[in-house]
Parts: sequence; C-alpha cells; structure tokens
Amino acid sequence: MTQDTSIGGPGARFPATRWSAVRAASSSDAAERKRALETIIAAYWKPLYKYIRIRWGKSNEDAKDLTQAFFASLIEKKSLCDFDPSKARLRTFLRVCVDHFVANEVKAAKRLKRGGGAEHISLDFAAAESELAHAQVSLGASVSPARADEFLELEHLRSLFGLAVEELRRFCENKDKKMHFRLFELYDLEDTKARRPSYAGLAAQFGIAVTDVTNHLAYARREFRRIAMAKLREMTASEDEYRREARALLGVDSK
Amino acid sequence: MNWLSDEVISRLQAASALPDLSGTRYRLVKRAGSGGMGVVYLAEDTILGRHVALKVLDLPDTSGELAVRLLREASILATLEHPGIVPVHDAGTLADGRAFYAMKFVEGTRLDHLDAQKETLFDRLRIFMRICETVSFAHARGVLHRDLTPGNIMIGSFGEVLVMDWGVAKILRSPSKRAVDSLPNQTTTAGNDALPAAVSQTAYGTVLGTVGYMSPEQARGEIDSLDLRSDIFSLGAILQFLFTQLSSETQSPPLSAIAKKAMSPDRAHRYESCSALGQDIGQYLDGLPVSAYPETIFTKLSRWGSKYRVAIVLVLTYLLVRTLLLLGYRH
Repeated sequence: MTQDTSIGGPGARFPATRWSAVRAASSSDAAERKRALETIIAAYWKPLYKYIRIRWGKSNEDAKDLTQAFFASLIEKKSLCDFDPSKARLRTFLRVCVDHFVANEVKAAKRLKRGGGAEHISLDFAAAESELAHAQVSLGASVSPARADEFLELEHLRSLFGLAVEELRRFCENKDKKMHFRLFELYDLEDTKARRPSYAGLAAQFGIAVTDVTNHLAYARREFRRIAMAKLREMTASEDEYRREARALLGVDSK
Repeated sequence: MNWLSDEVISRLQAASALPDLSGTRYRLVKRAGSGGMGVVYLAEDTILGRHVALKVLDLPDTSGELAVRLLREASILATLEHPGIVPVHDAGTLADGRAFYAMKFVEGTRLDHLDAQKETLFDRLRIFMRICETVSFAHARGVLHRDLTPGNIMIGSFGEVLVMDWGVAKILRSPSKRAVDSLPNQTTTAGNDALPAAVSQTAYGTVLGTVGYMSPEQARGEIDSLDLRSDIFSLGAILQFLFTQLSSETQSPPLSAIAKKAMSPDRAHRYESCSALGQDIGQYLDGLPVSAYPETIFTKLSRWGSKYRVAIVLVLTYLLVRTLLLLGYRH
C-alpha cells in the first residue's frame, strides 16, 4: 500500500495519548504547529475533498484546487486558532470553514493568484477520486446539507480508521507480529461477506490452531482500537469532546 | 491505503466497541443495555457456568476518572449486601484497558416500563415500600443513592425489587469507606495496573441526578450539604409517578399528601427517614391514618365507618329490629 499524502506521513511520531493536534495547532512553537497541522490535514483532507465534490458539486479539478487552497489558507491565516472546542466539534468547524471558503470561491481564486508563494500540500487526489466512485450519493445541489453532514461524518470515520489500519500494520511489523495483522486484514478488512474466511480456514491456511487465530485477532483488534482512539484524541481539544467523539466513533450512542 | 467499505467500517466499529475479554473467565454473550458511563453485557462465567452481567466502561479513560467512578460503584455495591441490591461478583480492568465489574444478571422490567393495566395501586405501593426498605438500608450504611428514578428500579421475574445504578452514590460516613478505597487494588480479573486507588470526590456545584427526580438542593449542586432527605425527595417523585400513571379514580388525597411531604422544597419539612415514608405507605395500605394527611372529623368518621362497616350494619339492624318489635308490642 502506498502513502496517500506525503504530509500525512507515518503516524508513530507522536505520543499516543494526551497530545492534542487541535491545541498544538495554535502553539507558538512553529515546529509543533506544523506537526499539528500535518496531523489534522492527514485526517481531514480526503473527507473535505469528497465533501466539496458532493456538497458543492465541484468538478474533480476544481475540488482539488479548492482543497489545496483551503488548507493553504488554514495554515496561512492560522484559522484553527479561532476554533473553540466548547462551541463546536472540529469537524463542524472545518465544515463551516470549507462552506464559507467555497462560497467565496471567486475571492479565493483571486487570492490564490496573488499568493504565488502559498504553501503547496502534496495530496493524492487520484486515490480520493477513485474512493468517491464507491460513495452512493449523487453530486451537486441535490444533496441536502443534512445528508452532506452525514457523508462528511462517515468519510471522517473512514479516513480515521484508514490511518489507524496503516499504523496498525507498521506497529505489527515492528513488533514482529505480521501474522496478526495479516489475519486481521483477511478477516476484518475483507469487503465481501462471501469471501470472508472462517477461523478454521485461516487456521489451516497459516498452519496454526483455531484458538491462535482467535487470540491473534483479539490482539490486532485491541491494538487497532488503541491506535484509533489515540488518533481521535489527537483530533480533540478536551476530555469531554474526546468522550463525545469516541461514543460517536464506536457507535455507542446509536445502539 | 486501501479503501474501507461501509461494511468494514461497521465491523471495525463493532470490534472496537466490544470489550476484550481475553484472559478473563468470561465469554461474551450479547449486549444487554447501557447506562450513563458504561455498557452492560450478558456474559457467561466459564468457571462457574452461569450468566453474569458485565458493566464495562464504553470508552478508554485516559484520565482514569471514569474507571474510578465505575469501580467505586462496584465497591459500594459490594458493601451493601441486601436483597434489594444486585450483588457484585468481581471487578477489575480488561486487557483493552477498560474498567469493568461483574454482577448478578437480573432479568425483569424497569419500574417505568410497568404495565399500568396489570399492576394495581396496591401492587405498586407494595413495590414502593420495598424500594423504601432498600434505600433505608443504604442510608443506614451511610450511602446516598442520588439518582433514584423509575428507570433505575428493576422488578425481577420473581417479583424481586432491585435498586440499580449506584454510579453517583455518595458515602456519607465511613464504616465501609476503607473497603471502597482499597477494592480496586485487591480484586481484579485481568490485571490491575491501571486501576487508580483514590476515590474521586464530586466537586461542589456539580449537578448529578435526573431532572424531575432530583431534589432542589441537588439541582443547585449543593453536593456538600446533601443528606438522606435528598433521596427521600426522589422517592416522593417515584411515588407520584407510580400513582399518577393509574386512572384518577385510584388517586387519593392521603397518597398525594405523602408524595407532597416527601417532595417538600424545604427538606426540613420532608420525612426524616425512608422508614417513616414507608411506614406512612403501610398505614395507608392498612386503611389507617397517615402522618402526612391530617384528617377532618368527617374523614375520620368516614374511614371509621368504612373500617367497621359490617359491625355498624349489624348494630343498626339489631336496633331497627328492636325498635320495630317494641312498636309492634305497644300496638
């Protein structure tokens, strides 16, 4: 698998807990601020790109430009300093910012022309575009704001889980537990129900006992959960916000 | 990075939400419900071969605050051995870092889900008296519940009445405090490294409880000054809930007066104990005067007449016959 974005980078650079990219984004330390923005962009660029495509009905090329310009503007204007976690979730804040940004598209275009030196962010739009083909929503004005919100929520979850899966892969490789990840990949990440192997099938394939399959999967799921939670924590500014987001992420409230 | 389908996302969500019971004696059966800070699962105790309820924190708890609260709830339950309180079997931390405790699995109906058509006022008041007995026991052991609502009362399939959800309970005095402090470090199933030893205190101004059932002083966040009369207010609200669900014909002024007294805004005017409240309900059920409802002479006569109706009828019949005989004799 390839890295989607050159600035999304490997995820094992930050402390697993307590570090909040949202807070660090307004740090006075430039290096800290940069790391924080990279983390936020890695988690949000795909959902926001797809959101612009879906909600605003922008073409592939326009959506690329707007996504690039939006994040460049976010860095340049230090807009995240205005984010107040007690008033809204980061996702809501970013969505409102994007809506505002796209609505002022003409002005933004002018600003882009003026700002030739604006930071260029390397993002893999081709991957995002091919993922969009899976989305079961139409493009453009027919998408209601509520539906677009739901779409953004789901895409954010997809992005966050995707990053967590990648980090789990690296983690298992470092811990010499490649088989654990491979079992997780074959069993939990298999798209099609019909192609999903049984525990017995996996045990036969890898020459291990069925109980080992159970234990290895339990290990991988536990680590996946830990990593996903740590990533979520990076995206929240307070304990309370983190808990609310985690409840939503785990689907606790909807059960 | 591979694209994760909606189905894979749902699967990962479910896998992440389920507790990791590896290394424990429990096997997950199904999710049974959820509370304020945890999810309750039906699990099988593989050693004893019985079903238990596992209450597990539904979130990772980086500050340790929620784990302390959950384990504190378990330790309070463990110190309150009473037929009206669910017994706790075990407590600790799972391999995924989430705190849990195991308790008896109770099947039944919540008080707020009782069928108004099936349960008579008499049945409901008998249930209420059992609740009063349980809360009175907890008060005697120095524990306030602080969140008594119909949703936190369970009626078991054999008619047992259980007071649940002691998650925000307050310890008033300390015969059991040592046990509360030390339990998290003593009893674990899958390791206790992450268990905090200290018992958290609720900050002044914190509002805990349920609107409509919490006392005015509780709603104002006067945590330090709460006493058992706060629970008595909640019991009054439960009593009111129980009889207002029934038709207006079954409602009576003495019952309304009992609920009103229990729910007095000034706690000095409430019942001084749960036993006193339960006693008034008992008096009502026996057709006797209740302390909350001063009777007029007509009410007294009416109740007296109702109680000795047969005797009065017999005496009146006797007098009538005697009078008729006397009149007949004179003629």
